[in-house]
Amino acid sequence: MLKLFRYLKSYRLVVAVTLGLVLLQTLAELYLPTLMAEIVDKGIVNGDIGLILQTGGRMLLVAAGGMVSMIVASYLSARTAVGFGRDLRSHVFSRVESFSLNEFNQIGTASLITRTTNDITQVQTVLLMIIRMAAMAPLMCIGGVIMAVSKDPRLSLLLVVVIPVLGVTIGVIAVKGIPLFKEMQVKLDKINLVVREALTGIRVIRAFNRTEQEKQRFMEANYNFTDTAIRVNRIMAALMPVLMLVMNLTTISIVWFGGIRIDSGHMQVGDMMAFIQYAMQIMFSLIIFSMMFIMIPRASASAMRINELLDTVAEIKDPAVAVNPDQEKGLIEFRDVTFSYPGAERPAVSNISFFAGPGEVTAFIGGTGSGKSTLMNLIPRFYDVDSGAILIDSIDVRQMKQESLRAKIGYVPQKIALFSGSISENIRYGKEEAGEAAVVLAAAIAQADEFITAMQDGYAAIIAQGGANISGGQKQRLAIARALIRKPEIYIFDDSFSSLDFKTEARLRAALREDTTRSTVLIVAQRVSTVMHADRIIVMEEGKIAGTGTHKELLERCTVYQEIVASQFSEEEIA
Amino acid sequence: MRGSRSEQREHGTGPGPGPFRGMQMGMPVQKAKDFQGTLKRLLAYLKPHRIQLLVVCAAAIISTLFSIVSPKILGQATTIIFEGILAKRSGLPDAATDFARIGQILLLLTGLYLLSALFGYLQQFIMAGVAQKTVYDMRNDVNSKLARLPLKFFDCKSHGDILSRVTNDMDNIGTTLQQSLTQLITAVITLAGIVVMMLTISGWMTLIAFVTLPAALLVTVKVAKRSQKYFAAQQKELGEMNGHVEEMFGGHLIVKAFGREDKSIARFAQVNNRLYDAGWRAQFISGMIMPLLSFITNFGYVLICVVGAIFVTRGRIPIGDVQAFIQYARQFTHPIVQTANIANIIQSTVASAERVFELLDETEEVRDREDARVLRNPKGEVTFENVTFGYSSAVTVIDNMNIKVKTGQTIAIVGPTGAGKTTLVNLLMRFYEVNGGKITVDGVDIRDFERGGLRGLFGMVLQDTWLFNGTIRDNIAYGRASASEAEVVRAAEAARADHFIRTLPDGYATMLNEEASNISQGQKQLLTIARTVLADPAILILDEATSNVDTRTELLIQKAMAALMKGRTNFVIAHRLSTIRNADLILVMNEGRVIEKGTHTQLLAMDGFYADLYRSQFSVLLPYSEAG
Repeated sequence: MLKLFRYLKSYRLVVAVTLGLVLLQTLAELYLPTLMAEIVDKGIVNGDIGLILQTGGRMLLVAAGGMVSMIVASYLSARTAVGFGRDLRSHVFSRVESFSLNEFNQIGTASLITRTTNDITQVQTVLLMIIRMAAMAPLMCIGGVIMAVSKDPRLSLLLVVVIPVLGVTIGVIAVKGIPLFKEMQVKLDKINLVVREALTGIRVIRAFNRTEQEKQRFMEANYNFTDTAIRVNRIMAALMPVLMLVMNLTTISIVWFGGIRIDSGHMQVGDMMAFIQYAMQIMFSLIIFSMMFIMIPRASASAMRINELLDTVAEIKDPAVAVNPDQEKGLIEFRDVTFSYPGAERPAVSNISFFAGPGEVTAFIGGTGSGKSTLMNLIPRFYDVDSGAILIDSIDVRQMKQESLRAKIGYVPQKIALFSGSISENIRYGKEEAGEAAVVLAAAIAQADEFITAMQDGYAAIIAQGGANISGGQKQRLAIARALIRKPEIYIFDDSFSSLDFKTEARLRAALREDTTRSTVLIVAQRVSTVMHADRIIVMEEGKIAGTGTHKELLERCTVYQEIVASQFSEEEIA
Repeated sequence: MRGSRSEQREHGTGPGPGPFRGMQMGMPVQKAKDFQGTLKRLLAYLKPHRIQLLVVCAAAIISTLFSIVSPKILGQATTIIFEGILAKRSGLPDAATDFARIGQILLLLTGLYLLSALFGYLQQFIMAGVAQKTVYDMRNDVNSKLARLPLKFFDCKSHGDILSRVTNDMDNIGTTLQQSLTQLITAVITLAGIVVMMLTISGWMTLIAFVTLPAALLVTVKVAKRSQKYFAAQQKELGEMNGHVEEMFGGHLIVKAFGREDKSIARFAQVNNRLYDAGWRAQFISGMIMPLLSFITNFGYVLICVVGAIFVTRGRIPIGDVQAFIQYARQFTHPIVQTANIANIIQSTVASAERVFELLDETEEVRDREDARVLRNPKGEVTFENVTFGYSSAVTVIDNMNIKVKTGQTIAIVGPTGAGKTTLVNLLMRFYEVNGGKITVDGVDIRDFERGGLRGLFGMVLQDTWLFNGTIRDNIAYGRASASEAEVVRAAEAARADHFIRTLPDGYATMLNEEASNISQGQKQLLTIARTVLADPAILILDEATSNVDTRTELLIQKAMAALMKGRTNFVIAHRLSTIRNADLILVMNEGRVIEKGTHTQLLAMDGFYADLYRSQFSVLLPYSEAG
């Protein structure tokens, strides 16, 4: 947590001023009982109404001063803490944007989102509390002790007894309660799990008549949770009454011992009354302080997650001196490429060599995990190869700037991501300066124009977050249009036709052929019917190339390809 | 994907157990639509615990009363000390502080404080049981309710929303019952008690204390209102920021592929700055409440000190009463702020309760008939007689369909989109009710069956497999909990799953994790086949899809399915030409609607959608098949 506070550096002065103001306010709060003691001991005892009024006026001034410094402190602390949150957030976001897929996979998208949003908010909230309250607590405690000692050192010995008692009480309850709080969270998560499973599996549960058993499972989880919750709350129930009791007994002791000291002339009544108030303030500050200790662990878990993210450095960097290819053709060469995902036992792809030239369609087919998508991800340098090299127009991709490399590529991923905004904006994501005519043309080639114009707002129709309001096939076609509008040298279609029906796919492939005559086209697919027309089919199995050739050639001599075809069509059809 | 992420968010920010609820004053609260009605229903849940609740109330009242009386009694001790030294100072001969009397007072006080603490503890202790048990009952009610709701409900509502009602909203109710209810009682009694005690000391001083009251209320309400505007703005910007982050991270690959990182960062910075603007204003303004209130409290404190001091010099009240009065006055604003706070909390709780009750009020599935039937030896003959169905009254998915399927026959469902198969499952298993006509099994209308019995006739092997967090053995035996170990193994063998199971470190005892991500997609399908083999249904609904499974496993699945289909009535979502050709009946679906039906030859002769589809999909292969 402290490590994160380095981002507070530019706020150093403001934080110092804020703490100064909090100190002022604390002093004001502590000074009031002293003034009151004066009213009692001098004003009342001597019957001096002038003095009483005058001191009262001073008290009001002190109180007003306290208020003003607190409001200013509140202003400064709000700007500091929220500003800190803003700075941290933009650091984290920029960092994540620089990550390559490796770092993304390592931490996980959902976790990255939580870290950028919730975790930072959590830390920001605690920072605000620390500046405003936690700083006040020790100041109040120390100030209170000083004032108490100055009023009567001997009576202050009482505090020596009481403060440890209070500390131990809070400690014992915390030690007993906190593990139970954690246990409670685990059991709550279990309830969540059971409900989520019941929701996603509802058809299966009902089909198998397991409703009763699922109910039992839920009730068990519910019972376990309730049991712990009751235990936690019963322990916590003791906290406030015990604290109040300690405080009240302290007051009684002060009155008793104070009475004796007053009687013997060592102390005045006003002082004793002030002393009671000091003792209260000291104890309240201790309680606030102990609450901070519950708050901080929660935030420090958040802080740890944020730090972990900030300590992660993107693996893939631009070269110091970038080479810009002078010719633009799009000839791809894989030269003995081997790549493993971090932590994997075996390489995902190994010893891959092939050429894919402009004007050609090169298709990749193979089972899941055979390494097709991995190959595609290596070309835009989402990952770096372990050995070997990938060259585009004879230049190693690692020698180019990532930006200029990716500008050459029209990429359609396996998992389609569209962004909220109009359809036109989404297509234009590929090329911002594209005109309306280019957008329509790209959509037409991608076989998307028809369904877009059928929508009420046409190209201005708004796509919801994640493209929730259109079908999978429509999403794929928009993603294809988005790549087409770039007019790139290289197209990568990573299993991009899977949600299309056969007719649409056939039409789309025909239209693509016409439009991409001068580009290098790479297609990854599961369906034989998608790849069989390619100029070259590369069959992948377990990270290796199992065969290269045309449909006809492969059907004759590549067993893996034969198996794939057999699994999709029955014997009689290929025989 | 989206659902699971928003779920996470909902859970991340829940109020949760802890002492810090409601600290952020001025935050806008969600309001219930029907506050009174919902509150009444919520109270009904507390009814079984009414005796405990009475005890809690009594304990709260006693505890509070004792702690209210105490300052006044303590003041008496101070007065005695003060009078003692005043007497000494004026030089009375037998002047001495009456320590015996002070001792008595302090002992009495100690007793009162002890009792107050004891009752305070008692109150919280009992409340812990009441609150948690109430929520326990409600949670069980909601869960049982979920089991009685029709599938339609789950298909329309987002899982995140339902989940949030069962957990977050319940948690909110629990915490409120636990903390805020007794706080409310205590605050109200304290307020009333303090006023009474103040009045017994001095009417004039009470009047002064009351001057501060409207000011405190005014400040709280006014400032809270102003801050609410900024909190709302903050919430809005936060929502926008979360949306942007979710999108950019979710589409990271695309952002990178299209080189749009800088654009994304620039947009983030924009939202971030707006969030900062709204955020610090909200924090600052709500942060003003405390200093302003404490100034008002101090203002009252000073007035009381001064007026009290003057009264004491005039001999109108004893000094101890001033001390007591100061203590009362300091406690005075606290319960007011607290009550305002609790009012907010209760509002949000009732809103939570309303969401829960909404769920409890959803229309349930039509109950089984009294004389519902169970088939002893099902043959598996299925007929559709004039069946008409649509998910909404506007769109008809199935229009007046008539089909007759005999035991051992196979029906292929063919078409570009997947919406059809869900409809079929929905109707056959009576997850949805037909709008017209009837479906029969072995000649009996499925509405005359016991639901459980009807569903037991069917086995499903679908592409979106569902397994639960448990061992592989339990997952296979899901269809028949009484199955023996040998039967489970035999089923796994029949499903060609035995081999891979035995290669796992714990074999049949291997735990599947939450997402069942420790086995592959294909292996999951083999497990669902094994599960169906064990259940031994008369009618099968199968999904022949091939994606996401490697070739070897795919072959295994095909063999296992073929074995499973023998001797049963099968509905197959078909992709393989051989299955389609050999089917006794083909249903052609497009955009979720049945548009053609017939055998392969009949449909080709019709030269309609199916013929078109068939040619575009398989024509390229035909030369080969004809050549062979």
